[in-house]
Amino acid sequence: MREEIFISGRNIPNIDPHLNIWHWQIPVYLFLGGLAAGILFFAALYTILGKEKQMPTTVKWATFLVPVALVLGLFALFLDLKHKLYFWQLYTTVRFESPMSWGAWVLMIITPLSMIWCATYIKELIPKWDWKFEFLNKFEKFAIANRKPMAWALLILSVILGIYTGILLSAFNARPLWNTSILGPLFLVSGLSTGAAAIMWMSKDHFERTLMSKIDLMLIMIELFFITHLFMGFLASSAVQIQAVGLFLGGQFTVSFWVFVVILGLVFPAVLEIMKLRGYKIPVAIPAFLILFGGLMFRFIMVEAGQITRYLY
Amino acid sequence: MRYAMAIDTKKCVGCSDCVVACQTENNVPHGYCRDWVVEVMDGTYPNLEMEIRSERCNHCDNSPCVRCCPTGASHYADGGIIKVKPHKCIGCGACIQSCPYDARYSHPDGYVDKCTFCKHRVDKGEDPSCVSVCPTNCMYFGDLDDPASDVSKALRNRKYKALAPEAGTKPQIFYLI
Repeated sequence: MREEIFISGRNIPNIDPHLNIWHWQIPVYLFLGGLAAGILFFAALYTILGKEKQMPTTVKWATFLVPVALVLGLFALFLDLKHKLYFWQLYTTVRFESPMSWGAWVLMIITPLSMIWCATYIKELIPKWDWKFEFLNKFEKFAIANRKPMAWALLILSVILGIYTGILLSAFNARPLWNTSILGPLFLVSGLSTGAAAIMWMSKDHFERTLMSKIDLMLIMIELFFITHLFMGFLASSAVQIQAVGLFLGGQFTVSFWVFVVILGLVFPAVLEIMKLRGYKIPVAIPAFLILFGGLMFRFIMVEAGQITRYLY
Repeated sequence: MRYAMAIDTKKCVGCSDCVVACQTENNVPHGYCRDWVVEVMDGTYPNLEMEIRSERCNHCDNSPCVRCCPTGASHYADGGIIKVKPHKCIGCGACIQSCPYDARYSHPDGYVDKCTFCKHRVDKGEDPSCVSVCPTNCMYFGDLDDPASDVSKALRNRKYKALAPEAGTKPQIFYLI
């Protein structure tokens, strides 16, 4: 039996008594990255399927959120850096072993690509739009002619971006709560779900709304299955992971996780959407907001709780 | 060449001289430290057993901090010493998250800092400052590949353990028990 443990001479800021080196910036970025990945995925998917006419919000209008979300997310990441003026060192090397390195490169490609995607639709949004320069007009024509290949690239990149938000955390063996390979797929599905919720909220079209609502419902079910899977995996794992998952099963994050993420963020909006599909009149804003809020809370809780879990002491 | 350290938990009295020596030698900012002392009390009163350990970066063979560094600032130097290049570090904190020993910290100047095994001393043939200052001589430093080194000799005749070997990092600080 362990009677006591005493660590002398150590009270390092942000490390002791438990790690707290990543603050609000990281979960905000993970949320915005997942949201952007979700919106881009559906935009690319329905472009490839040739459904631009039936799904105008999915393919066109919702994508205008993406560059905004990505730029804000990147800014949050920048704020998190402690050695800010050296951030460009990220782009002097490619390190495949480091998820953060290839994540940074994917962001470097997908952010301008999403801007170009929006630029091809800006004249439909603002008819009086004028590019001012002839080469920009030429570039727009070129981009419009190449929407299909662009959609394929975005489809693949958005999946990488979405799954990266989870792999970023799951690659850290030292934090037992993050160190599970289901976290990547879970964050991807959660990101797709928030993307679908945003599209559903923006859409005015009944067909599109109903379709997105059904897709979102399916994604919520997959998410609930993955969360069950996450807990099963932890409880059947090593001592440190069993201890780590205790944070959600009676520990300090029990209420916030089950109330805000599972009940308010997943189960309740799912019930509302089922009722809506059955013909009850429910404003779309309620389930959509809850899904987005649940997604944000999930990332905050995972980042915060993961940093508490450790091997020693 | 593989630098490593052995620390005799039966001789260590927990005086924290190693901590102060390191802070002085390496000009560690106030409130931070690269090594620290852990006292573990096991058993039930009155049958207690105490273990005192001077801990620091384990200079792992399979270092998660080097693996996850997005810029290559964390790297393996000669003899397996893990070092950080401040001018390449962006302060993202990934390596701090990745360390099962919490041996790294964010320096007030922004970059990540940690134990270097006093490489500047080792290169001159001296021991790290923590080892050289220890009043009970409970620390042994040297090259594991050299059978005549202090650390090889210390490990040859004693039982020893490493911290959290289950983390898979292959730590290179050994505790004689």
